[in-house]
This record gives sequence, structure tokens and C-alpha cells, in this order.
Amino acid sequence: MREVAVIAVAQTPSVRRERTRNEVEMLMPVLAEALRRSGLRREEIGFTVSGSCDYLAGQPFSFVSALDAVGAWPPITESHVEMDGAFALYEAWIKLQTGEVDSALVYAFGKSSMGDLPEVLGYQLDPYVLAPLGVDAVSLAALQARAWLEATGRSERDLARVAVRSRRDALENPNAQLKGTFELEKLLAEPYLVAPLRKHDCPPISDGAAAVVLAGDEVARRVCRRPAWIRGIDQRIEPHAPGVRDLARSPSSELAGRNAGARHGRIDVAELHAPFTHQEWILREALGLGEEVTVNPSGGALAANPMMVAGLLRIGEAAQRVMDGRARRALAHATAGPCLQQNLVCVLEA
Amino acid sequence: MSEPVKSIVTPVRLDYVYTAGVASTRFLQGLAQGRILGQRCPVTGKVYVPPRGSSPTHGVPTEEEVEVSDKGTVTTYCIVRIPSENLSVKPPFVCAHILLDGADIPFFALIQGCPFDQVRMGMRVRAVWAPKEELAPTFESIRWFEPIDEPDAAYESYAEHL
Repeated sequence: MREVAVIAVAQTPSVRRERTRNEVEMLMPVLAEALRRSGLRREEIGFTVSGSCDYLAGQPFSFVSALDAVGAWPPITESHVEMDGAFALYEAWIKLQTGEVDSALVYAFGKSSMGDLPEVLGYQLDPYVLAPLGVDAVSLAALQARAWLEATGRSERDLARVAVRSRRDALENPNAQLKGTFELEKLLAEPYLVAPLRKHDCPPISDGAAAVVLAGDEVARRVCRRPAWIRGIDQRIEPHAPGVRDLARSPSSELAGRNAGARHGRIDVAELHAPFTHQEWILREALGLGEEVTVNPSGGALAANPMMVAGLLRIGEAAQRVMDGRARRALAHATAGPCLQQNLVCVLEA
Repeated sequence: MSEPVKSIVTPVRLDYVYTAGVASTRFLQGLAQGRILGQRCPVTGKVYVPPRGSSPTHGVPTEEEVEVSDKGTVTTYCIVRIPSENLSVKPPFVCAHILLDGADIPFFALIQGCPFDQVRMGMRVRAVWAPKEELAPTFESIRWFEPIDEPDAAYESYAEHL
């Protein structure tokens, strides 16, 4: 395997609604900042790949117009995934493995605020029998939460604890959107949103963008003092129909984690893409993360959840800690689809 | 034996509140005043209309605003013979790329005011604006373009913009 590292990360602060700028205008400063931090010039980037979703923008081929932020001249090698940017990063990692390129710019953007997000996400379901029922993303997550509570004997208090910790930790993250000190008892006294989930169990709706620069061995060592080396990365998917899955567990995360080498050594910090509180518990179990592991010090997706960006942000946040020297070995996880259907795990080391 | 189900109807409707963005907002506000506003790339000096806030070739912000003329040159065109529900004009009609004087990228618009088979590359045209009281921040503020009494532009003057 060729050694590949994250050498730079940049992001916009996540906000509930970006009222003035369009996606291109949001992306331009983020791309410029990521490149500046990488020490590479725009022309030196070998491969550019993005993650976004036309359903968020309500416009076909919105990812093509986003290229206006990149500056595709002279012509560049470019690709796109209609997924979270973490999966775009996976494609970039493969491209670097082929040896065709020595660096890659990965970016993601999502203005989740423009449509009715839970409804928009409903259209990723099977269009014949499930989507026409009008089931939305929060209701599906609630089905999963119920399955997990029943299977483990845990309580709604355990869910609320995740929300309290995440939003408290987010106070340290200038890019987080929903943060503060919340009292467990007060949260538990709130009414259900979709039982057994309360509002605090759900992520905020966020607009945002992020970019990550990857480089292969030689380039990474030349331009970066302390690269975050990707020691393992894998993604696995489960069936499309939620009804055929065991929603209380995440076998795809478990397998991806094993293949990425998550259990081959101590993890200092884990950034898990768990938009709903119960999902953090499911992922901890699947990835074998014990109490000694610091989980989501950024606040995670419960503090900022720009769609198509939040997964890439997990890799960015984990990599940043490795690059800063705050962690030696970090795990990042990203998810796509309803109820943790598809999962990517990435292990980063100094 | 029941009939096989060959199709189902599942209506889809999603509503969006769209953000035009800083540059497009300036452009649309310009149309409401009967002006066409572009932005200049700081690297190449090229003027983009409508502006998107970025230079598509260099990925840098285009902060300098430039008003361009509402006169221009037809760089290329096509004759449409298919009716469209969205258009009030009857086919055949002409859709053209128009390079406005002062701009470096052609602008897509309808041509009216002459027989469709007289439209040609290099033809000089001018915007026909909606009446003043109907001007608004929308493309509909420009009804269409029509020929003006000027000699055709030389091919070399727009060859790079085809």
C-alpha cells in the first residue's frame, strides 16, 4: 500500500441557514484556505473530487456549477460522488493508490436548509413501496433507537447523556452550531419529537462546506511537518430496505472498522458520524471503542450536521488532531443512508 | 389470475427556498434597474455576465463589478421548431448566444423583431426591456433581443467566444 496522508483541512462554520451566499461563494474561501494550509499550489493538485447532493440544492447537476469555485483551467482531472465528502475522500485515496497522482483536493458542500430536510432525505428510500409512505429520516432513526433500547436494555437517559456531552464539548469548537451546557433532567422532561427520540437526540439542520487535501508519501513529507497518515480505510454497505437489517447493530461499521485496522492498537480519539444520539452507542459497540477513547471532541454531527459534509468533517477533525499533535492515533467514521446503512472507517496516525 | 401491475404513480413534490447568492443578487437587482451587471476576473480581466461570484477558470472571487452594454453580437444561434409550454413565442423562433459589448462570455436569449431565417452570426442586436413599471429582479425584465441598424461584427471579434 502506498502511504497517503491528510495534509490540510478547512471548513466553514456550520450555520442554520446561509442566507446570502450560494454554494460556490461558500466554497471559494474554504478551498483557498485548504490549499494555503497544504502548501501546494492549485496547479499542483493531481485530482479533485467532491461530495454533494442535488436533492439538497433542488437543482440537477449542481455539483458541476460548484466547479466554478475550483477554477478548472487548465483542464483538471475531476470526479464527484452523490454522497458525503468522506466517500469522495475514499475515491481520492484509491486514485493516489494507483500512483497516477501525488495529491488530491477533496471537498463537500451542503445547504441543508433550502428544502424540508427530513422530507428530502425520504427520497433516498426505495421509490416503490417505502418512499410513497412518506416516512421521513427522523421517524426511521426513531425506529432504530427503539430497536437499540429494546435490544440493550439501555434507557433514554443514556441517549440524553450523549447529547449533553456533545454539545458541551462543542463549546470548544468555533465551527459548531449547536452548543451549550444542558441539564440532563431538563432534557428528559421535554416531550418526544418522534418517540423514543426527543429534540436533543436529533442533529441540527446545518449549511456548511469543508475541504481536505491528501498527498502521497513524498509530497506529504515534503510539504507537511506532521501529516495524518491514513493507515487503513474501508467502507461497507448493508441492504437498502431497513426492514431486512438488524437496526440495533451496525455490522457494516464493524467490518469496515476491522478492515481499516481499528482494533490494531490504542485509539486516542474517535470522530463518529452519528447524527442521532443512539447511533453513537451503536457505533462504539461496532468499533470496539471503550470508555477510555475520547469520542467526538468536536461535538460531532449533534453539534453541526451539514449534509454531505459532516462525514468528511469527521475525517478532517480527527486528522487535525493528529496534525496538531493532540492525538497519535485517531479513528474517523462517516455514514450514508438511513439508519447507518453505509459506513466508512478511516484510521489515521502521526 | 389477476392482471400484473405494470406501473404505479407516486407523486413527488419538494419545495425549496433558493439563495441566489451575492453575485447573482447584484445581477438581478441590476435588471430591476434596467442595467446589466457583470464581474471581472482579477487574473484574466475577463468580464462574466451573469456573474457567479467566481472566476470559473481560476476559482478566485470576482469582486469588481462592471456594467456592460445592452447591445451585443450574435455569436451563434439555433432555430427552434418545437413548441414549449414555458414560452409565449410561437415556433419557429431563434435562440442565440449574444456577446454583450464589454462582456467576455455570451449570454443566452431569444431573438425577435426579424424573420427567423435572417438571423446570422455577427448580427448586432439590442435588449428589448420590459416597460419600466414591469422591471423586476428577474430575467423576464429583458423580453428578448432585436436587430439594430449596425454593420455585422467581424468574425475575429467574437471568434474566441463561440
